[in-house]
Amino acid sequence: MLNLTRVDWLIMLLYFVFVLGIGFALKRYMKTSKDFFQAGRALPAWICGLAFISANLGAQEVIGMGASGAKYGLETAHFYGIGAIPAMIFVGIFMMPFYYGSKARSVPEFLRLRFDEKTRALNACSFAIMTVFSSGISMYAMARLIQALHVFDGLFLSMGWPTEGIFTFSIVLSAVIVLAYIFLGGLTSAIYNEVLQFFLIIAGFLPLVLLGLKNIGGWSGLKASVPLQYMHEWKGVAHASTNPMGIEIIGLGMGLGFVLGSGYWCTDFLVIQTAMASKNMESARRVPLIAAVPKIFFPFLVILPGLLAIGLPTPHTTSAVSYGPGGAIIHRIDIVPQNVEEGRGLVPAKINPVTGKPMYTASGQPLLDYDMATPNMLLHFFPTGILGLGLTALLASFMSGMAGNVTAFNTVFTYDLYQSYIHKGGSDRHYMAVGRWATVGGIMLSIATAYAAINFNNIMDTLQLVFSFVNAPLFATFLLGMFWKRATGHGAFAGLITGTAAAMLHHGLTLPIEARPGIHGGWIAVLHHYPSDMAQNFWTAIFAFSANFLVTIVVSLATKARPESELVGLVHSLTPKPPRAHNVWWKSPEALAVAVLLMAVALNIFFY
Amino acid sequence: MSLDLRIPMGLMFTLVGAILAAFGISTRGSPIYAASLGINVNIWWGLVLLVFGLSMLLLGRRGQKRAAKLPPEQVEPGEAPRGH
Repeated sequence: MLNLTRVDWLIMLLYFVFVLGIGFALKRYMKTSKDFFQAGRALPAWICGLAFISANLGAQEVIGMGASGAKYGLETAHFYGIGAIPAMIFVGIFMMPFYYGSKARSVPEFLRLRFDEKTRALNACSFAIMTVFSSGISMYAMARLIQALHVFDGLFLSMGWPTEGIFTFSIVLSAVIVLAYIFLGGLTSAIYNEVLQFFLIIAGFLPLVLLGLKNIGGWSGLKASVPLQYMHEWKGVAHASTNPMGIEIIGLGMGLGFVLGSGYWCTDFLVIQTAMASKNMESARRVPLIAAVPKIFFPFLVILPGLLAIGLPTPHTTSAVSYGPGGAIIHRIDIVPQNVEEGRGLVPAKINPVTGKPMYTASGQPLLDYDMATPNMLLHFFPTGILGLGLTALLASFMSGMAGNVTAFNTVFTYDLYQSYIHKGGSDRHYMAVGRWATVGGIMLSIATAYAAINFNNIMDTLQLVFSFVNAPLFATFLLGMFWKRATGHGAFAGLITGTAAAMLHHGLTLPIEARPGIHGGWIAVLHHYPSDMAQNFWTAIFAFSANFLVTIVVSLATKARPESELVGLVHSLTPKPPRAHNVWWKSPEALAVAVLLMAVALNIFFY
Repeated sequence: MSLDLRIPMGLMFTLVGAILAAFGISTRGSPIYAASLGINVNIWWGLVLLVFGLSMLLLGRRGQKRAAKLPPEQVEPGEAPRGH
């Protein structure tokens, strides 16, 4: 079904050549560990800004947001309007002065400077595990997608290789490429390639959205082809039963906006590392704000394909009779597979991998494979040529997500685990070599995770679950650490442990309706049912955050505070205002923040 | 960092754009464009990418020339951005 020609392969190959070429070109600049792990702290703000969002533009974004768009409609845009933009503004204006100004080389290292060794160790360990997990899921998703789209089938058949090897081939191919360019050029290489991937993703997906919209009859045509509530971001959000996601305004605002969104954008070293690589304080503060500008428009690029896929007509098996020259009767039958016919729009029904038959819910409805929404759009609209570009963009998105995780892992492993606990006082060369080998190790672990990653039907939900256990309590720690000088190391440590425990406990005691106890929750006992897994995730995050917040305050008050002189540059009230560069007022980060905020509000009103 | 990203990036998009446009021209009127609603997307999108790639290259080259005229960039905290 997938007919790739030489042009498609040429474009894909060209991309790989450039990605590796950038790695090789940067190798000679990698002289110290600072060059390797922190990009020498010398990159311009626009590059770091685009890498900041590109690091997040992995599988969960491109495939997951398309899947979410098909499943929940425009309500998915809350992940941008509530989840990302306010947090990105907050981290740029208020938190970056401490990350950048403290001279910490990683987020866990900031925790050591502000709190103590054990808080750093805890955060470094959980973060290292999480990055490997994320990058493994990204790899798994990519390999599964390549299999489902039959990208390499033609290549394998012509080579006479068994097609069962495609999964492994895809994983090894992406792992080797990402490994090579990070091994050579470190964070600079990862950041440069993330920017390249950012533009490539736009180049691949923008024509898709334009063609999709044209086909369905523009914006009004889209409105007419999907259920009404799919086209509204805010309407019906006041109550769980009146919106497709099954969440209510408090869970959404608190859970997604205040806890999950901030937990991710303000504390995750995966994105923060790109801002910390920029050349001065003013640039570092501008990085998340520059990133927020394209982020505002991303719903058009990643959610809309999913929504369009649901709105388009479902293909059916057709037979047509036509009369050829000389009165010949021609029967033409287009056979559509059963799972496609039972799907909705271009979203096919899920196939049971054992029986090969479509799967059904308890009520007899076909179970839809939402993750195929965006990829099917590519196959549906793109002829050969631009199809190669679209598939390359898809691959690029997977790689950028993976690369961000891998560079975050090698930095945290080398500085926060190896240098702190395994081998102190080594030479700079030694740590750089360790960083290179940590890259290899991290990728190996990701591959192992990829083979273990099964059982989830939506990548987005999986990652949100992981984030809610590890990241959600984290934001409370940073908030108190940066804005309350009385917070102590013992308090932060106890708070983090309690927060994660509270998240697990809440997850173990609640269950989304229509789910069985187990991986979706309720593995201790089922005390409460949520209308959807999304609502459950948000509330897990709220519980984790609140538990951490309260326990940190109580334990801090009971323990001895650090002298104020040690906290200068780490706590808001004890730090002089960041130096203003000699720029005009409208170039300042604050002015940019206001502009971004106004744009975001305007877009939310448009989607109301 | 002395490697200006805009140069390799511009080069890549110029090449991709040129390939797409050339392929689009050679396949004018081909039935493969039934998928894209009868629009020859290869030509049009190829041209868009070509223009994007060339302007990136141009900006990168200009930035490099300007950087060559200036004394080596000293990056100190708080100093105004320069060069790019």
